[in-house]
Amino acid sequence: MKSVAEILKEIRPEFDFTASSDFVADGMLDSFDMITLVAALDKNYGVSIPGTDIVPENFQNLQTVEALLRKCGAKP
Amino acid sequence: MNFTFHRKRITGVLVVVPENERSFSEDMKNFNFPEARSLKLKEVMGFDKRRVVEPGVCVSDLAVFGLEQLFNRGLLHRDEIDALILVTQTPDHFVPATSSIVQGRLHLKPDMLCLDISQACAGFVVGLMQTFMLLEQESIKKVVLINADVLSRKASPKDRNIYPLIGDAAAITVVERDSEDSVIHASLKMDGARGHALTIPAGGLRMPATLETAILEDVGDNNLRAKDHLFMDGAAIFNFVQTEVPPLIEGLLATAGVSKDAVDYFLCHQPNRFMLQKLADKMKVPHAKMPNNVVERFGNNSGVSIPTVITYDLGDRLLREKLQVCLAGFGAGLTWCAMLVSLGKLDFNLITEYK
Repeated sequence: MKSVAEILKEIRPEFDFTASSDFVADGMLDSFDMITLVAALDKNYGVSIPGTDIVPENFQNLQTVEALLRKCGAKP
Repeated sequence: MNFTFHRKRITGVLVVVPENERSFSEDMKNFNFPEARSLKLKEVMGFDKRRVVEPGVCVSDLAVFGLEQLFNRGLLHRDEIDALILVTQTPDHFVPATSSIVQGRLHLKPDMLCLDISQACAGFVVGLMQTFMLLEQESIKKVVLINADVLSRKASPKDRNIYPLIGDAAAITVVERDSEDSVIHASLKMDGARGHALTIPAGGLRMPATLETAILEDVGDNNLRAKDHLFMDGAAIFNFVQTEVPPLIEGLLATAGVSKDAVDYFLCHQPNRFMLQKLADKMKVPHAKMPNNVVERFGNNSGVSIPTVITYDLGDRLLREKLQVCLAGFGAGLTWCAMLVSLGKLDFNLITEYK
């Protein structure tokens, strides 16, 4: 199983996601990247992240993405 | 707001799609994005083929073409049409109404009602509701509902948020009284305060189209768009659909006393595959009961998307049998609505190509 950081690297290989505390504000993820990320996380962790949780606050950094996955029953 | 209609039925659906097909692989060269990112998006959203009109083709062209097909095939007779309702966000002109243009071009009888409604992705359900209300009149026996849009003409080719998903089409739906004691339930909500999330800023009287409003501007996220172009706040619309549509449908089913399992299909507006999969998951509906394959084949064709699902996914099956379906439209306005209806034993259920 891939880690969240590995999945993010696949989507935007040009960025170092471990060095940012706000992916959206730092211009590393746009709304379409978020959707690509959610689809990849769903597949990788066998969950379905609710559509209502696809908001920038849940995709600020590695910790918030992992917290969202835990809320959905995954073990990141 | 809840509605109940008695003894009304859809008797035929014809969808008209332009012959001209574009592919996402072709379009993505116009976007200022690495190919790999665009391809990932293609896979998730289901972007692939879409049908768009050639320059100069208008809503009335698609509508007239479709109605002539029905007349020529003997599926509809021009003198039978007592009312013609045309739902569009891309009319031929401000004045006169596009429904009147269609009436004139086809030499339909003067003893009839022509009416335009300004609605987009919710326009099929809103239009059906209007047809049912008109059929309460003794003098109106057959209503033709036309949903049609040519929004590709208002989409910036340099805007990845809009351009790869837009399709053009028209749908002609014939609605009549039902001899059986059928009941149709519908529910509708609107919120004009959020209307700015889906808009064409220029071109009306508030901001007339000028040379300035035609200039492409950098709107962030590597997209270029003019004020003459269609704008969609994708994140806001996504959140709106996921938040508002499930409770609306659940409320409708509760009012009708029908369980989710008793619904054969949830035929929703077709924005993209991802949004519909998330909607199905949220509602705990199997993906197979909520088709999401229109955008990959035809594009998001606004108010025609539900008729496209009806014809493309259920086709001949609806000539033979009746299915309990829940229709759901959502989009500009903002508007969201749903309708529980027994659909089937249709006289026709076809897709044809505009040439």
